[in-house]
This record gives sequence, structure tokens and C-alpha cells, in this order.
Amino acid sequence: MRESWFKRARAGLITAAVLALVFSLAPNVYNNSSLLFMMMTYIVLSQGLNLLYGFTGYLPFGYVGFFGTGAYATALLVMKLHLPIGLAIAAGPIASMIVALVLGPLLRLSGAYFSIANLAASQILFIVIGNPNLQDITGGPYGVKIDEVYNPTASYAAMVVLVVVVTLIATFFRRSRFGQGLKAMADDPVSAEMSAIPVVRMRLLAWLTSAAVAGLAGALYAWNLSVFYPDAVFTLEISVFAIVFALFGGVGTVLGPIIGAGLLYALYNAIGISEPQYFQLIYGVLIVGLVMFLPEGILSLLTRRGINVF
Amino acid sequence: MSSEPILTLTNVAKSFGGLQVLSDVNFELKPGEILGLVGPNGSGKTSVINLISGVHQPEAGSIRFDGAEIQRLTPHARVKLGINRSFQVPKCFISMSVRENIEVAAHFSGHNADIPAILDDIGLTGMEATPAASLTANQQKMLDLGRALATGPKLLLVDEIGAGLNPAELTGIADLLKRIAARGISMIVVEHLMEFLNKLTSRVIVLSAGKIIFEGSLEDASHDPEVVTAFFGGAA
Repeated sequence: MRESWFKRARAGLITAAVLALVFSLAPNVYNNSSLLFMMMTYIVLSQGLNLLYGFTGYLPFGYVGFFGTGAYATALLVMKLHLPIGLAIAAGPIASMIVALVLGPLLRLSGAYFSIANLAASQILFIVIGNPNLQDITGGPYGVKIDEVYNPTASYAAMVVLVVVVTLIATFFRRSRFGQGLKAMADDPVSAEMSAIPVVRMRLLAWLTSAAVAGLAGALYAWNLSVFYPDAVFTLEISVFAIVFALFGGVGTVLGPIIGAGLLYALYNAIGISEPQYFQLIYGVLIVGLVMFLPEGILSLLTRRGINVF
Repeated sequence: MSSEPILTLTNVAKSFGGLQVLSDVNFELKPGEILGLVGPNGSGKTSVINLISGVHQPEAGSIRFDGAEIQRLTPHARVKLGINRSFQVPKCFISMSVRENIEVAAHFSGHNADIPAILDDIGLTGMEATPAASLTANQQKMLDLGRALATGPKLLLVDEIGAGLNPAELTGIADLLKRIAARGISMIVVEHLMEFLNKLTSRVIVLSAGKIIFEGSLEDASHDPEVVTAFFGGAA
């Protein structure tokens, strides 16, 4: 007999509630809310990447493309069409999903071919957005400015809500039949088809969901920052961080990307900004150590001992 | 039982690049019937299974199942119509337990599967929580079959399930397949082991270089000069 919906979602609800509480109260005890906002952004991005990579096995190296698309869609709609910020933010994930639909045929590729093609697609977006000849439309290399809607408090609160929502989506992926179907597809797509799983449709759904999450994170990031250049939202570093954070914690789980992003982003801020040379060294050692000893992330320390990890 | 065929292949052809792997394949299968599909390596047996199950699409010809043309349907749509298969190299969901492997197929097919009965059929009762990855190759074959049974098939395509099994295991599998057929499930069994096939059916189709060269009883096939040449080469 299958557990009730509430029982299956309980761990996710608790995790989401704890995250909401921590990030709502944190600005009262730690006054660098920009850092907290960025930590939440990376939790969302790592989790969004996990929805695709952790559950379908597709590693999107160009994941930042969706983040940048969401940020630019929001900023341009405010700048050019003077849309209310709420509507402009809603357009962020929609724009990312449109890009994901256009890039949908990439899902026919697998492994490194998919990752490389996705990376190339994100770089094309970066080049197009930053093209000086398109300055009148996209702002070109000089970026965009929406300081008339700048509201760090509201954008922070919206990001807290997004962290909660993404945690619940990841819980759904982890604990539902839909997620089980994705897991089956990752194990063997042919056998999954022979289990009546609509592989193409479900893979596309995971892809669109993952893109929408990054697009919404980008939209809130644009609102929070209000002035930014193409480099800020299309830099490959964002993809790399999201991948490393998710892998460090453990993909295919809900807690893994949260722990990975929380710990490593805190480390980045503790030593990465003041002493970047040591940070690079430590990060390098961490990644090598991770690949060699904990390829399934730090949560695998628990699963290896038979502890069921959420 | 209806005498209308449950499966009809008409002039089916398939090639990969410049290699014609099947041409002019025509045959019928009656409800509840077991058909043996034999032939030398590379003769196109697994290709027939792949075309019926939807893993590959035919370039020409039609495949009718239960009165409807299915050759353009996706594999998962064919599963919902009642076609399933096992694989020569078992394709279990290795990150899942034995029970989850069967549950996921039952859920997505919408079939109200009797999971304990399937576990009993495939000899994995008591191993529900065992990770599929830690099963032996033969147990994985059985789990693959169990996954197919969980979708409630009317037609089961069995691809070389006997390979690598000892005589006692072969007898067990033959008995299981006969029990499955007795429930009204039609079956196409691809097999190299003639003795094993002889326990299951008297009707076989022999393929050679992508063409049907014989259709009839296994006994007659063994005396057919063209079949003998296909298997052993040279003059019969």
C-alpha cells in the first residue's frame, strides 16, 4: 500500500518550512542580505539543475542561459513596455520555457553531447544579448537598468518564496510516481518506454520545469539587482557553481543541492572574496576530492551506511 | 477463443543505412498462440521484435495489432494497447528495488497488476526490497519479464530468455511461459535453443538474412534444405 500524499511530502514540507524560517529571520542576525539573497539564488539554481540532472541524467552545462533569459525578459519588459514588476517577473520563466522549447531537440542528444550543445546555446544567447548592434533592443554590452522598480526587501521575500516552491517541486520529483518515472527513464529509457512511460513528454516536462525555475530565479535576481550587464547573468560561472553545489550535496535528492549550495556558497564568501587565490585552491581540491571519493555527493556518506536520504 | 489474428505483419521491411535487415516479412499470430522465431545470428529476429514493440519503425509494410495499425505508434502507446517484451540483455531499472521495477510499469500502464502473483511467477517472492542491481543476470531476466507482465500484455515478445540458463532453469522458464500463454497471452519467442523452443510450440518461423525462409513445425524445419543451409551453410 502506498503512503498517503501527506506522508510522502512530509519531509519536503518540513525542509521548506525550515528554509523559509531561516531565510526570513536571517537578515535580523546577519546584515548582509545581498549575500543571503545570492545564497538563496544558488539554492534555487542548484535545485533547478537537480530537477533535470538528478532525475533524468541530462547535465545542462548551459543552465545559466535560462537564468539570463529570465533576468533579461523581466528587465526588458519593465524598460521597454513599462509592465508592472509582477507581470514582468511572471514573464521571466515563460521566456525561459520558450527558449527551452526551442532547444527541446537537444534532448535527443545524450551525455557530453547534450551538455556541450546546451553550453553552446547559452553562449549564443549571451553573444546575442550582449551584441553592441542590438543596443537599442537589449542594451547590448552596456546592460539594463530598472532602478525605478528596485525593491530589495520585496525581491528578497519573493526569493524566499521561490526557495520554498522549488523545494516542494523537488519533493514532488523525489516522492511521486512522476519522479519514479523519471528515475526509470534515467536508468534505461527503452525499458521505461516498455513500462508505458511517455519518455519524450516526461523528459520535456522536466526540462521545462528546470528552465522555468532558472528563469524565475533570473527574474527575481534582475529585480533585486536592478542594474546589470550581460556578463552578470550569462557568466558560465553561474552554471559551474550550480553544478558543483548540486553535485557536492548529492543530486537526485532534495537536501543535497540545499546543503551543497549552502555550505559551498558560505565557504566562497568566507574565503573567496578576501583571498581568492586560496579559494580557487580549496575549491579545486574539493572538486577533485568529490569526484574521487564522493561522486554521489556528501549525502552518500549517509546512504552508504544504509540511511535513507531525502 | 477468436480465430482472428491478434497480430498481422504485412510486407514489413527495415534497413539501417545501406543494410537491409528485414524485407517482405509477412506472418500472423492467433490469440493465445506461441510462435517461435528462429534463425542464425544477424537474421533479423530481434529486429522483428523491435518493430512490433515500437523500438524501431518499419520503412514499409503494416503491423496490425488487435484490429488496428500500430506501426506509427510510440512504444509506450503500444504497451498500453497490450504489447510488451523482454530483452535479450535484461534492462531493469537498476536504481530501484525489485518491487519498484514492477510497480512503476503497473502504474504507468494503468494495469491493476497483482504484484505478489507476478513476483511468484518470476520466482522473486521475498526479494521485493532487493535492489535490482544486486540480482544475478538470470534474476534480472526474470524481473524484466515481470516488468512486462505488470502491464497486462495481450502479446508478449520474449527475446532469447533461455540464453545462459542451465537445463533445470530452462525447464522452469518453459513451464512459466506455457502458464502465461494458458492465460490467453500470445507470445513470440526468439530463441536459439531448439530443445527449449520445442517445449513451447510446434509452430516456428525461420528467418535468414532478413527474409522468412520457412514457416511450419519445428520438426519440418529441421528437414528443410533451405533452413539447414541457412544454419550450417553449404549444401544440405
